[in-house]
Amino acid sequence: MAIQVYFFGSLVDITGKPDWELSVFTDTDSLKMYLQKEYPALAATKYFIAVNQKMKQTNCNLIDGDEVALMPPFSGG
Amino acid sequence: MADKDRYQRQMILPAFGLAAQEKLLAAKVLIVGMGGLGCPVLQYLVGAGVGQIGIMDADTISLSNLHRQLLFTESEIGLSKVDQAAAKMRLLNADVTIEQYPYHLNQSNALTIISAYDLIIDATDNFPAKYLINDVCVLLNKPFVFGAVSRYEGQVSVFNIAVNEERAINYRDLFSEVPKHGEVPSCAEAGVIGVLPGIIGAMQAAEAIKCITGIGKPLIGRLYHYDLLQARGFEIAITANTNNTPVNEKIILENSYVSMDDEIDIPEITVTEFNQMRLLPEVFVLDVRERNEYPPIDFSDAQIPMSELQTKMHEIPEKEICIICHQGIRSVYAAEQISKQRNLKVYSLKGGLTAFFK
Repeated sequence: MAIQVYFFGSLVDITGKPDWELSVFTDTDSLKMYLQKEYPALAATKYFIAVNQKMKQTNCNLIDGDEVALMPPFSGG
Repeated sequence: MADKDRYQRQMILPAFGLAAQEKLLAAKVLIVGMGGLGCPVLQYLVGAGVGQIGIMDADTISLSNLHRQLLFTESEIGLSKVDQAAAKMRLLNADVTIEQYPYHLNQSNALTIISAYDLIIDATDNFPAKYLINDVCVLLNKPFVFGAVSRYEGQVSVFNIAVNEERAINYRDLFSEVPKHGEVPSCAEAGVIGVLPGIIGAMQAAEAIKCITGIGKPLIGRLYHYDLLQARGFEIAITANTNNTPVNEKIILENSYVSMDDEIDIPEITVTEFNQMRLLPEVFVLDVRERNEYPPIDFSDAQIPMSELQTKMHEIPEKEICIICHQGIRSVYAAEQISKQRNLKVYSLKGGLTAFFK
């Protein structure tokens, strides 16, 4: 029972790794809370969450095998 | 009528043909930003025969542009990007009319300029410009091709084209507000590998050609993320944010498009001031770069990476803190946090180590 979490862009500076396998969380809010406790800098950082490559605007249930992506904005050109 | 021999290799493509070529020749595209993204977009659209192209940028060419802005040369340093780009593109394809806007897009000129084009390319390098392009395009119902890069990663999408009568997706569905200072964790301009904006810019040009000609499946409602180091693409289906408020002209004119640099009252010191201060016993020099960042330095009293600052806040001594990072952006944010939480006197080295080693 696991989910795969992917971090993109500068979020990797905070987490120190591009991906992380975690046990299943009930939903994206509880996952977010856990990640922000592990990496306090995430709480003050802008990103959105996608589950199985679909962006989530609100909390969403998670199940075994889900792939969660945390994507920050880029501004360089 | 343009000489169609020029376009023969693309006109023989299945689903392209004379019809698609004529659509390109009739199209009007505005490219905002003539930097790492804008250069390849312009070159490919001029090559493809987009009939009218507007190019917009206030900047002049500098040496540090040349690793990624291959349209320019050493002999052109100090000259206007827009002027040089336009002159070269007229030599490449005389069919194309190029309109030059050698200044920045702003709230007072954006509506007039954007309304004269069919499709907009966001090739800018800052959030306020990206949100301004987004809002004006939403208001005027203009499609725009978004592109952005950071270090080894890039993002591309096509915004503001409605599908199946649903509200068109725009950038504010991804990130509803302009990021505030510190919400984007490290120096946004911490660096970029030269070839990356080439790849992302070429993708933006490809999306523009698809939108104009109607071939293929443009990145409408999809964010494409490209990781150069892993050579991996990652696509995300964007969902509409129902709180995304519709824009009107009044909002655009009154919105401050607050940049990340606003509302900062941290004293920024020059390299000369820094060199005097760092020798004083009451001054503590703090490097907030991440551990893998280059170059190593021997004149800091400690290194606490920005990502560890919250957990190591107590380690900072009761001194005047002089904070340094790569470009002088993170150091301001770190200074704000230290000032708020530790109530110490703080300074940030303006321009960071880039200015220091200049």
